[in-house]
Amino acid sequence: MLFGIEWDTSSTLAFAMSIIPILLVGGITTIKATVIGFLLAMVLGLVLAGLKGMPVKIISWPASFVLEFLRGTPLLIQLFFVFYVLPQVTGWLIPAFVAGAIALALQYSAYCAEVYRAGIEAVPYGQREASRALNLPPLHTFTYIIIPQAIPRVIPALGNYVVSIIKDTPVLSAITVLEMLSAASIIGDRTFNYMVPLTIVGAMYLILTVFAATLVRIIDAALPKQGIPLK
Amino acid sequence: MDWLNYLELLLPGIWVTVQLTIYSTILGAIFSFAFGLGKLSNNWLIKLPSATFVEIFRGTSLLVQMFWLFYALPIIGHAIGIDARIPPIIAGILALSANIGAYGAEVVRGAVLAVSKDQYEAALAMNFTPRQTLWRIALPQALPEMMPPFGNLAIQNLKDTSLVSLITIADMAFLAQRLRNLTADSITIYTIVLFLYFFMSLFLAYLMGLLAKRIGTWRSTGRS
Amino acid sequence: MSNPIVKFDKVTKRFGSFEVLRELDFEVQQGEKVTIIGPSGSGKSTVLRVLMTLEPIQEGVVYVGDQPLWHEQSDNGELVPASEKHLRSMRNQMGMVFQSFNLFPHMTVLRNITEAPINVLKIAKKEARERAQELLDMVGLADQANKYPAQLSGGQQQRVGIARALAMRPKVMLFDEPTSALDPELVGEVLGVIRRLATEHDLTMLLVTHEMEFARQFSDKVCFFDQGKIRESGPPDKIFTAPKEERTQEFLHAVLHPNE
Repeated sequence: MLFGIEWDTSSTLAFAMSIIPILLVGGITTIKATVIGFLLAMVLGLVLAGLKGMPVKIISWPASFVLEFLRGTPLLIQLFFVFYVLPQVTGWLIPAFVAGAIALALQYSAYCAEVYRAGIEAVPYGQREASRALNLPPLHTFTYIIIPQAIPRVIPALGNYVVSIIKDTPVLSAITVLEMLSAASIIGDRTFNYMVPLTIVGAMYLILTVFAATLVRIIDAALPKQGIPLK
Repeated sequence: MDWLNYLELLLPGIWVTVQLTIYSTILGAIFSFAFGLGKLSNNWLIKLPSATFVEIFRGTSLLVQMFWLFYALPIIGHAIGIDARIPPIIAGILALSANIGAYGAEVVRGAVLAVSKDQYEAALAMNFTPRQTLWRIALPQALPEMMPPFGNLAIQNLKDTSLVSLITIADMAFLAQRLRNLTADSITIYTIVLFLYFFMSLFLAYLMGLLAKRIGTWRSTGRS
Repeated sequence: MSNPIVKFDKVTKRFGSFEVLRELDFEVQQGEKVTIIGPSGSGKSTVLRVLMTLEPIQEGVVYVGDQPLWHEQSDNGELVPASEKHLRSMRNQMGMVFQSFNLFPHMTVLRNITEAPINVLKIAKKEARERAQELLDMVGLADQANKYPAQLSGGQQQRVGIARALAMRPKVMLFDEPTSALDPELVGEVLGVIRRLATEHDLTMLLVTHEMEFARQFSDKVCFFDQGKIRESGPPDKIFTAPKEERTQEFLHAVLHPNE
């Protein structure tokens, strides 16, 4: 049994049916990791992108380097680093799930920063010129002219990364977070039947990603192409 | 210095990572073209399996795919009658190739579709067959478009090779873990490994950039 | 003659190594309507963009009223490059209408016009809206206030652009090829608005255009630009019927009689 649920090894079908609830419990952790990790990533990505865009080199260069470094190194190693090194260095006890969420956030913050940059650059330059000609203050221009037009461009790309992060969550099993893949592994270890749990888990990820992709498409369709309307 | 020692001990792992990257990238490229062009085919006997492959390997987690192949391959081997043990590295390379192949297939498909409709009309007017149109007109123009996304996929693939450590393949990540378990020196070891991957990804990005330039050379001719 | 409202004094502007304005001397009197014509790359748009503070200059001084634009007086009376603060204080005197309209697509027509008056001139919302409606009436778009730019034709969008620039009550209105991006049938409605502005108001107006017939009717003065300098300038009748310089003749011939 796992998570307090017994499985039924009488037949393959019975086995499959009985482990679905167990795997779904793992799925909850998967979803939690996805949501928390990606929200953190969006915020961290915004901060890093902002720092990178500063005209002051002392700030923008380290920010650039951090972004490049996060993009160029594997999630797994970042995960180990957060889980094993941070507690040593800071003395904090970091639970496995938290370490996992932080690692996901770090890895995906780099992707989000790139998406933000591309979205802002895609806003036609004439908009900035018109703002300047009208003497609108730079901050006002950024908040009310540039950002509302950048958002519709940014949503589809962010959506792709949400789908991506869902598929990266199984990495957390390497530091004993009990999500879907760990659950399947444990069932496999105890019943010596890996194929059934793994296949079901594979299908579950497929369902999750299709669901997320559809959600993104709905949000994207609801947003007008020209920008968030301001009356 | 300690870290030079560590570096020496990680060397076999580095070599494994490099090999994995090379093999899976090449096999992945083959898959990309095969299934990408397959999805474009009008023959549903080709289109359906291609689309299925892409959906499955793009829509599910790479690590799950690796685990699945890791456990499934021996069973499959047994069923076909191969008694010898299939090394886990085959599962690793297959999973990596299938994954990058599925993503790459979409890149190929997108780039071919992005070739302007006018080109196809001109080809039709000159009575090219569909196959000639594809190979002589569409692909040469689609290839430069594919390079930037392929570059990103190659780097992603390099990072993904680290996952094979979780199915017992002795790559950089695996040796790093083993070393760490022996010495408990997490900081040095993980820092070294992070920088190793970082430098490798920079180098790979550089190589892909060179490749992109070579493929795109016909584009720069035209303006005097 | 009273002081010119706009004066370029030996102004040089470069893009990299390319000199687009060469030691340009140029004056516009208060209330004058000036059309600038010339081939591509001659610097005509750049003159407007420099005036609108969109492009800096490398040498020379630009004056608006009697104040330098891209420079300011430092404490010991010398001219130093202008600070952003100085540019901001000068910028309100100019208004610009762009070739590609550059309306804010995510804002209604009304908000496009009131955004700057409210946030820059600190005019109360109600007053800004009333003024915006007046301007919309004037450009012939009285009932379009709550539409979004995408719902309007090109000619209508450009007229909104004109209203938006006028809302800031500039002293000098700059038109950078205002009709070049429009379908031919929509050009007339925009030129009509510009013509009315010229006859009914005392505004100083600088127009860069290829519409020669309109230039002839509208201008007090026509300047022919070529390679960063003014080759020839004078009243429209003189320039169009009896140009003195050879280059002017070449250009006008090519533009007015393309089939010969």
